Parts: sequence; C-alpha cells; structure tokens
Amino acid sequence: MIAVLHTTPSWYLALAAFLFAIGAAGVMVRRNPLIMFMCVELMLNAVNLTFVALSRRLGDIGGQTVVFFVLVVAAAEVVVGLGIVVALLRRKPGATADDVAMLKG
Amino acid sequence: MVEVVVFIVAAAMVLFGAVGVVVRKHPVHCALSMVLTLFGIAVMFLAMDAQFLAAVQIIVYAGAIVVLFLFVIMLMGVDKAESLAIEPLKGQRPVAISLGVGTLVVLLASFFVHGGKVRGVQITGALAAGGAAQGGEQNVKALALSLFSDYVFAFEATSVLLVIAVLGTVILARRPPKQIDVEALS
Repeated sequence: MIAVLHTTPSWYLALAAFLFAIGAAGVMVRRNPLIMFMCVELMLNAVNLTFVALSRRLGDIGGQTVVFFVLVVAAAEVVVGLGIVVALLRRKPGATADDVAMLKG
Repeated sequence: MVEVVVFIVAAAMVLFGAVGVVVRKHPVHCALSMVLTLFGIAVMFLAMDAQFLAAVQIIVYAGAIVVLFLFVIMLMGVDKAESLAIEPLKGQRPVAISLGVGTLVVLLASFFVHGGKVRGVQITGALAAGGAAQGGEQNVKALALSLFSDYVFAFEATSVLLVIAVLGTVILARRPPKQIDVEALS
C-alpha cells in the first residue's frame, strides 16, 4: 500500500479545507482586528490552494489565472483594511473588534 | 515518494503556522506564524507545477503583505500580548470552534461525497495527462497567454482597483488637516 503513494489533488483539497476552517474559527475567536485580518488571509490562501489543485487536476490553466487575481484583490484588501485599522487605533489605542460598535450612529 | 515527503513537510508547515496565527498571544508571533503558512503554500504551488504563482506568493505575500502587517503592528504600538484568558462574550469560543468544525465538515463533504464528483466532473483522482503546462517556462508562458488574451479586461480592471485602493488608504490614514489659525497669523 506504500508503493502506490502519490500525492493526488484530494490531499491538497483536504488540506485546503482544514486551512479554511482554521482561518474561519480564528476570525470568530480573536478580537484583535489585525489578527482577524491575518485569519482572512489564511482563508484566501486556502482558496488559492484549491484553485491550483483543481487547475492541476483538470489540466486547465484558468485556475492559476484566477489565483493571480485573488492575489491582487488580497493586496488591495489588506491595504484598505490596514488603513481602517490605523485610523481606528489612532482614535482609540488598543481597540478591539468590540470597539468598532462605536461606528453605530 | 519524494513528492509525498514534500507534501507532508509542507502540510505540517501550513497547519502549524495556521494554528499559530489563531492561538498565539503576541501579534508579532502571529505574523511570523503566517509567514510559515505562506511559505508552506508556496512549496505546494511548486510541487503542483505552478512555478510563477509560487514566486509571486513569496514576493507579494511574504514580502509585501506580512511586512505591511508588521509595519502597522510596530507603528501603532499594539505589540502587546493580548490576554486570551478573558472571554468578554460568554460562550463565544465554543460556538466559534464548533462553527469551524462545521465548516470543515461541509467542505470535506462537498469535495468527497458522490465519489469526488462535482457536477459530473471527477475532481479527485489522477492528474490530467500533461494538461496544465509542465515545467517552469511552459507554466509562465501558458499563464501569460491566458492572462493577456482571455482575461485581459479583468487584468486592466485590476489596475483601476489598485489605484482606488491607494487613494482610499491615503484618505483613510491621513490625519485631519489642522485648522489654520488666522488670528495668530496676523
């Protein structure tokens, strides 16, 4: 049974599922806005892993092209998100996600 | 056999780093754990013949995004360990963890029930026979052909997106301009 050990896309899909679940749990558990952002990045990376695995499985380069766009969108998202975090922390040092409730009118 | 060892090592890096991001107290440690995860994913991209994306993953994620995180951590002085013992919202963690496990179960089920078939396409099993371009040069060429022919409008749209993101950040992070005291000037 060891002789037939090849990595198949299902291994990568299972790993991506684990990574996405850890990231999702992290967003819900942590309260520091920076670390919540990092967990969102983990989820994006899990999706990228799925795209590349399926691109390899189906022999379609389109999956890798989509990952390229996901990278661009992730960079833009981090830049804007960190801008918001900087504005929030300047107003209230040590702010957690609970403090964003002050944005309510 | 080599690829199995590579997969196991890279998977250990990815999972260890991901758990580190969630459970570490200190934000800097979380950022460094995220670097570990990102490098593991870059190794996996290489193992799956996506050489260009592996390079971009290291340059953009480990090089730019993590540095941006560390920069904000240092700039805002939030590099204090957060006490994970207090739990302001009663029962938040058990609910979050059970929701995470539920997410995992749903994802695994969506991949692997029906024998790995999604809409009649077998997504598990053997790799495509030489379908996705093999080899580094082939990979870059195939990706460039796809990006600049089929997806060229989306590619142009990303430039607009990046300009908007830069402008938005400048406006968000700028200090409000001080009112010029006219009385004091005269």
